Amino acid sequence: MSNYILDFEAPLKVIDEKIDMLRLTGTKTGENVSSNIKKLEAKLEQKKADIYSKLSRWDRVQLARHPNRPHSLDYIRMISEDFFELHGDRYFAEDPSVVCGLMTMEDKPYMVIAQQKGRTTKENLYRNFGMSRPEGYRKALRIMKLAEKFNVPILTLIDTMGAYPGLGAEERGQAEAIARNLFEMPLLEVPIINLVIGEGASGGALGIGVGDRLFCQENTWFSVISPEGCASILYRDSSRAFEAADAMKVTAADLMEMGIADKIIPEPNYGAHYDSDGAAKVVKETLIKEFQYLLNMDKEELLRQRFVKYERIGSWKE
Amino acid sequence: MVEWFRRSTDKIKTISKKDTAEGIWVKCPRCTQVIYSEELKKNQYVCSGCSHHFRITSQQYFNMLLDDPKNILEIGKNIESVDPLKFNAVSKYSDQLKAAKEKTGYNDAIRTVVGEIGGYKTAIGIMDFSFIGGSMGSVVGEKISRLVSYAISNKTPLIIVSASGGARMQEGSYSLMQMAKTSAMVAKFSKEKGLFISILTDPTTGGTTASFAMLGDIILAEPNALIGFAGARVIKQTIGQDLPEGFQRAEFLLDKGFVDSIVHRSDLKNTLIKIFKFFKYHPDHLVT
Ligand SMILES: [Zn+2]
Repeated sequence: MSNYILDFEAPLKVIDEKIDMLRLTGTKTGENVSSNIKKLEAKLEQKKADIYSKLSRWDRVQLARHPNRPHSLDYIRMISEDFFELHGDRYFAEDPSVVCGLMTMEDKPYMVIAQQKGRTTKENLYRNFGMSRPEGYRKALRIMKLAEKFNVPILTLIDTMGAYPGLGAEERGQAEAIARNLFEMPLLEVPIINLVIGEGASGGALGIGVGDRLFCQENTWFSVISPEGCASILYRDSSRAFEAADAMKVTAADLMEMGIADKIIPEPNYGAHYDSDGAAKVVKETLIKEFQYLLNMDKEELLRQRFVKYERIGSWKE
Repeated sequence: MVEWFRRSTDKIKTISKKDTAEGIWVKCPRCTQVIYSEELKKNQYVCSGCSHHFRITSQQYFNMLLDDPKNILEIGKNIESVDPLKFNAVSKYSDQLKAAKEKTGYNDAIRTVVGEIGGYKTAIGIMDFSFIGGSMGSVVGEKISRLVSYAISNKTPLIIVSASGGARMQEGSYSLMQMAKTSAMVAKFSKEKGLFISILTDPTTGGTTASFAMLGDIILAEPNALIGFAGARVIKQTIGQDLPEGFQRAEFLLDKGFVDSIVHRSDLKNTLIKIFKFFKYHPDHLVT
């Protein structure tokens, strides 16, 4: 059982505590409790399966932010043999909320552009809670151009609440930095896979989120604004975020239905927060397979299909 | 992107037909001078006292820029939103759409046409802030996409006049993806060596700024127009301090290096013609 319990997991905690108590009793009294423990463990498993089979949108949002969920650098460590980080946008500064570098996976080269959150307060301050400044987007573009030059495919990992809303960020052209990436990414002559590993909100996520495929892990969300942001605008009350999550339809399954996501990557054993190795394994397998497919495509055809993908997105009548 | 909702209740109002009816006086929100509305119209909705540029409708803007506002080919005129998420929070998006259509007489927050500016055939889109805060959803994205396609096929210059609070939250990630869609189209146009002039008017914020609006080969702005990505209120909350005077205004962006020039409305049309001529576009009176 994880040491961090979400509201919807409360019933699991109750059973888990019962098991602990029973064990303690067994040790103290020498009584044989193993059959009772087994029963409870079966009950726990049943309950867990039950809860995880009907997660609400808001549950998914919480799972996407679960502290035990792997972050970008965790995934990079788990799926690659080697990673060498490259820093700086060459104009103004280094932005540690975006990690870029050379990754080797099954002996093949990939360029990684990844939004990185922290776990401790210190880490989070260093990573700016995964909210990028213009320098982050400009560094990402610089590294993506490098990838294109040497014909290396690009993997972007999306995990952000949005671009950083700061004074300096505005002064240095946050909007321009994001827009520039949206302009350049469709033209890059190498395969690009965008993978949502946690949360993805607004232009801040999209700024590294344009490519040939958008994959979402099972317990992730991606939308135009965070449910909290939406709720604070609509209801002037961010605590009604669960309603906003429903209204905006923010989950991976929703994105599949809208034709925006291309694939949901399943998370075995109830999610990446329980089984990060399992999650990473599926991610790796999926990426290798899809990159192989994209790398075999003719460049012109790759770009043509990429444009068609974006030209088609939307819903209207005429 | 989030600020249109609040701004739509601002005291700074778009001049509507009612306000500009004969005999109505308008108070300038900036210098409080009272202006006769016919006078304001003649002056392209700019205050003669302080040069405040009033927010105007797409039609008023078309009238200002086009040689003959009636000699146009409207692109995607009948495209309408279908409320894809059946969005219902506080109010129904479908009701909001209905009200906005009734209020403005338009189908959505942009009108895209082919018309002539100084004899130059031009693909031009103009946004309406009065239509749900000029927000960009699927319809705005599709109309811009088609407008750019026209400009590519017909080798005309492209102009987009922005007046927008950003992406349209009521369409969720559909609206987010319109940023990618419109930017990809601008990229395609640029690769074909097309000229894109982006004109930023009050206000241009959020996902609109962070996509096509910031991608002009030349970016012009109206004086004092609010232009930015994040909303001032959010930034203030985040950094916990007051924002400098003139923050996110056109002059601030010029100073920081993000617009090419601030152009007064009375000079705008001539400026565009000058740029077309400089880049050797050919006047073509045939709008087809
Ligand atoms: Zn005035």
